[in-house]
Amino acid sequence: MTTARDTWHKPPFIANPVIRYTVWAAILVYFGWAIGTLPFDWGRAAEGLERAQRIFSGAFPPNFDRHELLIEGFLESLQIAIISTAGGVLLSIPIALMAARNLAPLPVYWFGRGLIIVARSFHPVIVAIIFVKAVGFGPLAGILTLIVYTIGFVAKMLAERIEEIDEGQVEAMRAAGANYPQTLIYAVFPQIMPRQIGLSIYQLDSNLRASAVVGIVGAGGIGSTLANAFGRYDYDFALAIMLVIIGAILISEAVSGQIRKRIW
Amino acid sequence: MVSLDAHPEDWARFTPRQRMQRYAIFAFILIAIVWAFGNVEIFWPWLIDAPEQMADLFGRMVPPDVTNLRSILAALLETVNIATIATVIGVALSFPVAYIAAQNTTPNAATLWLGRFILVSSRSVNTIIWALLFVAIFGPGVVAGILAITFRSLGFLGKLMGEAIEEIDRRPVEALEATGASRFKIILYAIMPQVMPTFLAVSILRWDINLRESTVLGLVGAGGIGVILQGAIDTFAWQEAATVLLAILALVILGEIISAVLRKRII
Amino acid sequence: MLRISNLVKSYGSDKPVLKNLDLTVEGGLVSVIGASGAGKSTLLRCINRLVQPTSGTIELNGVDMTALKGRELRAARRRIGMVFQGFNLVDRLTVMENVQSGRLGYISTWRAALRKYPKADIRRAFDLMERVGIAHYANKRADELSGGERQRVGVVRALMQEPEILLADEPTASLDPKTSEQIMELLRSLSRELSLPVMINIHNVHEAKAYTDRIVGMRFGRIIFDDKPEALDKPAMDEIYAGVPAQERGDSSHAAPAVGSAAMHTS
Repeated sequence: MTTARDTWHKPPFIANPVIRYTVWAAILVYFGWAIGTLPFDWGRAAEGLERAQRIFSGAFPPNFDRHELLIEGFLESLQIAIISTAGGVLLSIPIALMAARNLAPLPVYWFGRGLIIVARSFHPVIVAIIFVKAVGFGPLAGILTLIVYTIGFVAKMLAERIEEIDEGQVEAMRAAGANYPQTLIYAVFPQIMPRQIGLSIYQLDSNLRASAVVGIVGAGGIGSTLANAFGRYDYDFALAIMLVIIGAILISEAVSGQIRKRIW
Repeated sequence: MVSLDAHPEDWARFTPRQRMQRYAIFAFILIAIVWAFGNVEIFWPWLIDAPEQMADLFGRMVPPDVTNLRSILAALLETVNIATIATVIGVALSFPVAYIAAQNTTPNAATLWLGRFILVSSRSVNTIIWALLFVAIFGPGVVAGILAITFRSLGFLGKLMGEAIEEIDRRPVEALEATGASRFKIILYAIMPQVMPTFLAVSILRWDINLRESTVLGLVGAGGIGVILQGAIDTFAWQEAATVLLAILALVILGEIISAVLRKRII
Repeated sequence: MLRISNLVKSYGSDKPVLKNLDLTVEGGLVSVIGASGAGKSTLLRCINRLVQPTSGTIELNGVDMTALKGRELRAARRRIGMVFQGFNLVDRLTVMENVQSGRLGYISTWRAALRKYPKADIRRAFDLMERVGIAHYANKRADELSGGERQRVGVVRALMQEPEILLADEPTASLDPKTSEQIMELLRSLSRELSLPVMINIHNVHEAKAYTDRIVGMRFGRIIFDDKPEALDKPAMDEIYAGVPAQERGDSSHAAPAVGSAAMHTS
């Protein structure tokens, strides 16, 4: 016990002090600048509280009088979700096969990857707007949008799963003289099937959620009903719709979670 | 792909009971799809027309019009700012929510349910719907956008962070309880260090998602690049819309790369 | 002096884990032996109230531990150091932070948060770390250390509390035989140097005999042996471990199964 040291400092996360302080300064400057340049309209925001009160008092109690409209919108959302999941999952399989590095030749691989990246990058609402312009208002635009959305997620996850498959089984099939489709059916599909089923159920759940959203820009379903109610300042009906959406999402999440738990 | 005959010399993959179950599931799925197709109100000729319409639309998009590139880039930057500020606020708010929503740290049953209620209501309402609400309250603009993204992020962050808290190693907590440390000091020394890596990873992931979500806020008037996109689409300026779409694509891919790099650095 | 009288602990309506137990510890090294489930771990945890006793009293130097709550309980816990089987360090903090966490019951929250430890505490930490041979690891993260080194950190953390008694719950069960002997040797010499009473739950009877001054044998929540190590003969052993397979008794020097079963029993 010779050295009696009585100071200690925690070793800093970034050892070099110059870099450390530069990083801190950069972060500070960024937030100062970002907050400073955002066009806040304080006057409008200040009126907000009063308006919030008006909206909330207008929203309570939720109004279920037009439940026919509500049920109709909800069923349409369900139809959109089912059709787009079925279509999207079917399309995802060939796209995933294209985008799996271990099965596809390089140009095909890049094409498959490109499709997935584009499908993933655009928020469904943007895709919906474009489809609404192309095929008109209504559920068709919603279905097409959610097919793109499904491909973005399911094909990506599936491609990753295919890249992880046991190559030995593929080799064994090839060695037995199987052609490409036979190899797929006997060596690839059995390995990816559980994941594929799980993903499909998960995606049905996601699509139901998303269909409530894309409706806001005119792509059918309960989202359209909600946007209309909001547009007409029908806040009590809007609240009723939102409660139904929340309830449906909670139920579908619980159900899909249970099913996936049993499969995996 | 398998024979379903029941002759003894034949082989079948599934027992009759399994087969019945599988048929039932397939039938259920088939009925659901048939029901959906049968009842959905689609004007089918539109579907046949759709590829042509799409081709026509994309045809009108080329070549992209870059005359407004400067304002597009400015809006893009605004989008990034909305996403970043909202993520930071969301993360800050999610700490206490995660703390009360985690079973092992929540002070009592009432706080646990309060925490869960906050998480569920935040997560069940989509960003766009939050944005609609905040635009109605605060008027069009970035304030509504930031609040919408913050409120939606809160549920996501709080849920994942709460799960991280529930998964911590209890033993250091016990050790610090044994030293006579107060609850807050135990959070500082035994809980925070354990959950920090997950918190950072989750925050980066959410920033990446928020970047994507911020691109559509403008469509309901809540700021960002969506405002320009909406304007271009409404005025049928498809060539400008194409530029905006490309800009969004670039932004999202860049965001994904940045978040992947940051995540790798932390873990 | 630690005086336990008439201590009972039961979980729910199950049979009590501790049955009207009396024990007095005045000084030196006391080891508590017994089969898995005999109640050793519960007994130790009742002393610093990590486990809530059902009835009875525990008095440490004149203060009754069983009646304390909140701030008073934390103040009392500071006077009791504890060393754990799994070390219970915070892996992602440095060794110094882990060691200083033993002082959390003494220092203010802002000092704890900013890592601004009092000079006296830092000096004490370096002295103790020097004493056990880990001073050069002060800035290393706890998870970079080997098992024996981690347990030394655990010991220093407990000593930082300036405890009036040290509790050790299977301190060597996660260590290899050689390191395990070193830790026992360390506990013995520290106890002598600081004239600190040490109470050790131990599975390894061989170590208990070699390093401690007094052996307490427990079976089914009662003390059935309490004497000098020399007095622990074969009949006494048979009584303490009746029905336990020989290789799990832990008296055949360092049998590997003993480590395994000890780990199982505390978890």
